[in-house]
Amino acid sequence: MAYPNEYRYTKEHEWIFREGQTGTIGITDYAQRQLGDVVYVELPKVGNAVKKGEAFGTVESVKAVSEIFAPADGTVKEINEKLAGAPELINQDPHQRAWLIKIELAQPAELDALLTAAEYEQFIAETAEH
Amino acid sequence: MTTETASLRRTALYAKHRQMGGRMVGFGGWEMPVEYAGIIPEHQAVRRAAGLFDVSHMGEIEVRGSGALELVQHVCCNDASRLAVGQAQYTGLMTERGTFVDDLLVHKLAEAHYFLVVNAANREKDFAHIRLHNRFAAQVEDRSDAYAQLAVQGPRALAILQQLTPVALAPIRYYWFTSGPVLGVPALIARTGYTGEDGFEIYFDPAQAVRLWEALLEAGRAAGLVPCGLGARNTLRLEAGMALYGHEIDDQTTPFEANLGWIVKLGKGEFLGRAALEAQKRTGVPRQLVGFEMVEAGIGRDGYAVLRNGAVIGRVTSGSPCPTSGKNIGMASVPAGPGFEPGAELDIQIRQRTARARIVPLPFYKRPR
Repeated sequence: MAYPNEYRYTKEHEWIFREGQTGTIGITDYAQRQLGDVVYVELPKVGNAVKKGEAFGTVESVKAVSEIFAPADGTVKEINEKLAGAPELINQDPHQRAWLIKIELAQPAELDALLTAAEYEQFIAETAEH
Repeated sequence: MTTETASLRRTALYAKHRQMGGRMVGFGGWEMPVEYAGIIPEHQAVRRAAGLFDVSHMGEIEVRGSGALELVQHVCCNDASRLAVGQAQYTGLMTERGTFVDDLLVHKLAEAHYFLVVNAANREKDFAHIRLHNRFAAQVEDRSDAYAQLAVQGPRALAILQQLTPVALAPIRYYWFTSGPVLGVPALIARTGYTGEDGFEIYFDPAQAVRLWEALLEAGRAAGLVPCGLGARNTLRLEAGMALYGHEIDDQTTPFEANLGWIVKLGKGEFLGRAALEAQKRTGVPRQLVGFEMVEAGIGRDGYAVLRNGAVIGRVTSGSPCPTSGKNIGMASVPAGPGFEPGAELDIQIRQRTARARIVPLPFYKRPR
């Protein structure tokens, strides 16, 4: 699965896509493949603050629990309600329909420090070699 | 999300697993496939059709000679003297405190010749423990490297395996075994398993493992046989209410505390841990193992604290989503005594919050017969 060029990525395998002051956040295709079949998603409430590098939710597969870390500071504007009833969307379409939350970005410029698609792809290629 | 794999052992099928897309993880000192297509489809294939598991990481220890039965009787809590040649038994390797060194299967190959199948992570410990207590002049040999083990499990397992062997499989009863060729390879063929389904576990020369693996997958293709990883093996055994060493049982837990009183045969005479087990049977257990299902959202996983009225009273020994029912289930060690009957409620600490769970009877799944 391709990693969209217009997204930014973290080494913890989240992606974020900025439109104006809004950042849409999800987990990467690599992350969903490592987790296996996702069966449960726990997301914050609208209005909650999220802080860069801190966990804001969890994604669970049959075998594992994985925390999701915020790629940037902000306030939760919207959560993806579809995931509660259909967590498998994360396996099927991690980069589009299975977005997790949308945040009001506190400092949109923070995203410039994150990985580009090419940098992220190189990072996971190196991770896989070990 | 990374797994340390540097010093892990590999089975004869390692390259095959990689080639077939198995996702490899460390388990019990071995690098094993946790899943191929996914834990849920693999689990469902075993319940509805059949699954093929590489379980060559399991250890095999042979005990033979004139003191063989005496030694097996001394270190294990079940009564191996009841076994006929060709019969297998689930039992516990005991400490002097009546707790588990390991759980294992004892197969009686011949008079004074026993074949013990032990957990991969405990193999060296078990071997040393059995040798330490061998005052019966029995021969004890760690034969683990001489055996590959494949498990074919599920309602169609018999029909699939039968295509590769002239040995009539239907007459082999549950927990019995026989010896015979599978694809011309000498094998021990046992009607045992760790999934709650009908099925077979076969033991043979590791040099033949790839050939047999491929032949079984080919023979089972039309019937829906799929390769399965240790992830599905775990959810299947959990649904069937079976114990896993390091989870439901360990060297701090007696069989009575883990719903396994049926493997303790106090009447068979002296054995390691007998005095402690007899005393516990008289005075009662301090804790018990119960099954639960989550009532509120969340998954109570291994090691999570169990609470009642805000106080920690126990822990989850194994917990997982249950692919058959879709519920989140688990087993937990809680205090003995009343208040923990089916229907009673518990709270489980899931990260920063607690979620309500309800005690349910074990096992979660029983195959239709």
